[in-house]
Amino acid sequence: MTCILETRSLNKEFGAVIAAKDLNVQINKGEVVGVIGSNGAGKTTFINMVTGYLKPTRGEILFNGKSIMGHSPRAITRAGMARSFQVAQLFPEMTVLDNLIVALAAAESARPSFLSPLRSDARIARAEEILKEFGVENYRNSLVTAVPQGARKLVDIAMALIGNPQMLLLDEPTSGVSVDEKTDLMDTVMNAVRQHGVTVLFVEHDMDVVERYVSRVLAFYSGEIIADGEPAAVLADQQVRDLVTGHRPTTKQGNGAS
Amino acid sequence: MRLDKTEISLGLIALACVLFGFVSPGWLIFLLTIALAKALVVQGVVMQMRSGLVSFGQGLFYCIGGYTVGMGGQFFGIHDAIAALSLGMFVAIVVAMLLGLLLTRYREIFFAMLSLAFSMILFGILVKSQELGSTDGFNVHDWTLFGWAPEAGAGSQHTVFTMTVVSGLIVAVLIHRYTKAGIGVICEAVRENEVRVEYLGLSPRWLLYGNYVAAAAVSALGGGLTALATGHVDPEMAYWTTSGEFVFIALLGGLGHVAAPFIAAIVFSFVRTYAIEFVPHTWQMILGFTLLAVIIFLPKGLWSLVSREKTGERA
Repeated sequence: MTCILETRSLNKEFGAVIAAKDLNVQINKGEVVGVIGSNGAGKTTFINMVTGYLKPTRGEILFNGKSIMGHSPRAITRAGMARSFQVAQLFPEMTVLDNLIVALAAAESARPSFLSPLRSDARIARAEEILKEFGVENYRNSLVTAVPQGARKLVDIAMALIGNPQMLLLDEPTSGVSVDEKTDLMDTVMNAVRQHGVTVLFVEHDMDVVERYVSRVLAFYSGEIIADGEPAAVLADQQVRDLVTGHRPTTKQGNGAS
Repeated sequence: MRLDKTEISLGLIALACVLFGFVSPGWLIFLLTIALAKALVVQGVVMQMRSGLVSFGQGLFYCIGGYTVGMGGQFFGIHDAIAALSLGMFVAIVVAMLLGLLLTRYREIFFAMLSLAFSMILFGILVKSQELGSTDGFNVHDWTLFGWAPEAGAGSQHTVFTMTVVSGLIVAVLIHRYTKAGIGVICEAVRENEVRVEYLGLSPRWLLYGNYVAAAAVSALGGGLTALATGHVDPEMAYWTTSGEFVFIALLGGLGHVAAPFIAAIVFSFVRTYAIEFVPHTWQMILGFTLLAVIIFLPKGLWSLVSREKTGERA
């Protein structure tokens, strides 16, 4: 399999605090990788470094074989790596539709037009298709601040996917979403991801979600990766059970929902 | 070019203003000319406010526009009003392209204070320039329009009023389109969430840079028209109180519509004129109370009166 993302001895220090220590990761094209770990384990730091939000103290990051060290978030996005956030990053004074239209315009060109209208018929039609694809068409004209958390998360992820990225990093896509909504949300996201043929890496605290959707798990603890492998093996690992997941009863394994 | 309802309304209002100019007294024409010219500067302030930046130094470009028109006639033999105004905008664009490289790295109070600093630097330079009249400034040379020289006094006043109205209309239509275009909407998106804009693959800094330069050009046009109307330029154009006045008018009008700065500038001019007339020693207090009332009762500016009316909302 072809490697899409590779980190070599990636380190991040905040003064005396080591947030990431010698992270060596290889993600192959088409994989769906789950990142688990307790709070402060370095999961979000890892995503932030890979997407250019944080500058690593040392190490190397390669995307499609090319170094992206020191690249800006926009350059990394343009290179084909998109992300969503723990707290959905949207434009709060715009409607859901307009949020998507802005994302569509950004995907079309890095230099927005000075005079041609942003809300073109073509963009509105495409945005409506996306609303349907993500099941949020009922919120078309609502301000994003007025829609439920789950819908906001979906809009955030939809905006990240609009630029047709090769890889998508999701930072806790189900955080703040009710237990009942989690599966629906993840099913919607994973269906969209499959259609776009995107490699996915997502941070998740809910082990049921991890078991259900990923093909591989990276377990973080105190800035280091303590286990890397198939979900069943990683979640059964004694060190992972001691330090990350606790001694939870194991559930059935499955790769992807309907 | 298809015009929408707003653009047609703006065109009709501009036509009404030009016709009104033929029957109104000279003092009113002058007052409206200055108000509309200042409204153009305020449009520049509002463009930046929409992107989340407040410029306390827009007087810089107002002054550049005015002084370029004045110096063009005085030192370089440029007497044609359109050429002089265009040159003023060009100089402002060049200056904004240089300053914008630094300024667009900053946000919030840092941007506001840096913009003010550059304006005050120009003020200081002009005050020390004996060749440009120091604190007194200098008079603007008689100007022509495509070779035609309007007669001094009422003729000149009426011509510059018409030019200001036409310039205001062109700028209003362009800004109306700009606010609905990619860069206009995405500049608002930068104000709302810069991180998301960056992760959509766009550079907030370059968007703000483009916006800053465009705002400078519009403001310089206002400065040039003021110079033509008053026939005089002086360093006060770059002084911090002048820039503060533009922010005052921007807040008075609100960001809701391209017409708001024009309405606010006219209201401001009338309030100030009559406040000076009736309470000459405390007119600033009247302006202060006016702004206080607007902030408390109309936090979205005077335009919210119109938008409430449209949506049927009660105050």
